[in-house]
Amino acid sequence: MQRNAMTAFGAISSHCPGPSADGRPRLSQRAGGATLWLKREDLCHTGAHKINNALGQVLLARRMGKRRIIAETGAGQHGVAVATVCAKFGLDSEVYMGVDDMARQAINVDKMRLLGATVTPVDSGSKTLKDATNEAIRDWVTNVRTTHYIIGSAVGPHPYPVMVREFQSVIGREARDQMLAETGRLPTVVVACVGGGSNAIGIFAPFYDDPVRLIGVEAAGRGLRSGAHAASILAGRPGVLHGSFSYLLQDGDGQVLATHSISAGLDYPGVGPEHAFLHDARRAEYVSVTDQQALSAFHETSRLEGIIPALESSHAIAYAMTLAAEFATDDIVLINLSGRGDKDLDIVRGAAGV
Amino acid sequence: MFARLRAQRRLALIAYLTVGYPKLALTPALVEAAAGAGAEAIELGIPFSDPLADGRTIQATSQLALKAGVTVATALEAAKAARARTEVPLLFMTYLNPILAFGLDRFCRAAHEAGVDGLIVPDLPPTESADLRKTADNAGVDLVFFVAPTSSEAGIEAACRAATGFIYCIAVTGVTGARAQLDPAVLPLIQLVRRHTALPVVVGFGISRPEHLAALEGKADGAIVASALLDAIAQGPDDATGRVREFLTGLRPPP
Repeated sequence: MQRNAMTAFGAISSHCPGPSADGRPRLSQRAGGATLWLKREDLCHTGAHKINNALGQVLLARRMGKRRIIAETGAGQHGVAVATVCAKFGLDSEVYMGVDDMARQAINVDKMRLLGATVTPVDSGSKTLKDATNEAIRDWVTNVRTTHYIIGSAVGPHPYPVMVREFQSVIGREARDQMLAETGRLPTVVVACVGGGSNAIGIFAPFYDDPVRLIGVEAAGRGLRSGAHAASILAGRPGVLHGSFSYLLQDGDGQVLATHSISAGLDYPGVGPEHAFLHDARRAEYVSVTDQQALSAFHETSRLEGIIPALESSHAIAYAMTLAAEFATDDIVLINLSGRGDKDLDIVRGAAGV
Repeated sequence: MFARLRAQRRLALIAYLTVGYPKLALTPALVEAAAGAGAEAIELGIPFSDPLADGRTIQATSQLALKAGVTVATALEAAKAARARTEVPLLFMTYLNPILAFGLDRFCRAAHEAGVDGLIVPDLPPTESADLRKTADNAGVDLVFFVAPTSSEAGIEAACRAATGFIYCIAVTGVTGARAQLDPAVLPLIQLVRRHTALPVVVGFGISRPEHLAALEGKADGAIVASALLDAIAQGPDDATGRVREFLTGLRPPP
């Protein structure tokens, strides 16, 4: 049933295509060691995993009789997914987006507007995802009788983190089935990028009971010591933001810090509480990748595989390529390719001289 | 604090000030001015970077205060200095994270030592409040909870069970900020709350005009004026104490 539901969006799990002389995919050959597999959420309608959750929540909104939908967005992928499902189901939608993100992900702003959504600029605070979330919550408490708030990541007050994980778990369930069907075995490691952490929790959750290492990759921005990053688990302390208790980038006085990542979708000072739990329970490992490493992986994946990955997902690829070298060729590193990179071309062009 | 007023059947006026707005050094004097102009209790907002329950006005005053370097520690000092100038009850209003970062126990004890009588934490639901309730109780500080027009009866019951001090009844469906009208739906909400508690019921959010207070007279035990007062200060920050006096006496002339 899950497979059929996903097939409608064209998502497939794919062995890295483009075999080289030794029969191995070119990205794996470059990395050395383990064979890399990509879970192709970039092939979902609207270009990222975000549609899985948007579709699930819009059905809930309809059941609750809510006619208006609001959302926050960072990279714009969640906003586009929400605008899409609202167009499909004939609901009004308003998407809050930081003005800095509107500038760096302008294509997605255009898409949301084409789809009929109102995009409302947020110019408070850091002008990115955190502040867009603040504004969406303020709208929600004001219009809660008519409005459903579709949170885009596995964050926010209960039951959102659980709900978003459930809707995104289709990624992991499908990847697990496909892996068994194609290779007859489970992956050695699953790697996913973590901002709020919805794509990661979605691919991790169905592997909880398996002997599979789970690795979440946070955005190290210009380096963890630079202060310009978004690595909540690695560099944050427990705190409360947006209704959940989790790792949070904050100063000594409990004020939430501004974050930086080249990828707007990872540019968030908190992280889903289930990731905090997985970290504390040592069920998942969390690492980080810099802007520069993510950019390199973006270019390598484009040139070696013919796949232009989102800058968010490029963080996962960058770490997986480093990690693969530690393993034998019959080991499998499964990467969640959570979105495609069309939206990032302006940023990549801007960073070309770096 | 409310017993006397209830005996008089008079609505208590509570004034909200953001600590450090327009200047940290002015906060104790503004408290004194508000008390002198008829405020029967003062709420002191400790600024937080992400004030989810607040509208434009308090977002702006909080940002300015944070930029000027206000911290939990300086807010405690300001409260202590205010306490030395006035007898009226003082309450801290802030979000949970600054309290967590300071340490629940350390914060509650320091608040009590500074002469603060109660705490209001808008992003702490009663169901998650056991730890802070215990530490506030041990420190001898009241903990106030909210009910809203959208609260379920179970939610109202939980807030009433958890609260000490008073129940904060939100007059609007939304965030803080001056409104032209007082939604009459707040009156049945007050009645509903009274069925669950003997604590005083105080109305806030949107209160900005004399007629709002008049409509609550005899119905609620108190009313909180926040954004409208800060807006008044913003119109003449060089004479902030004068603005506070003028606004509050205009809102309700002294008896």
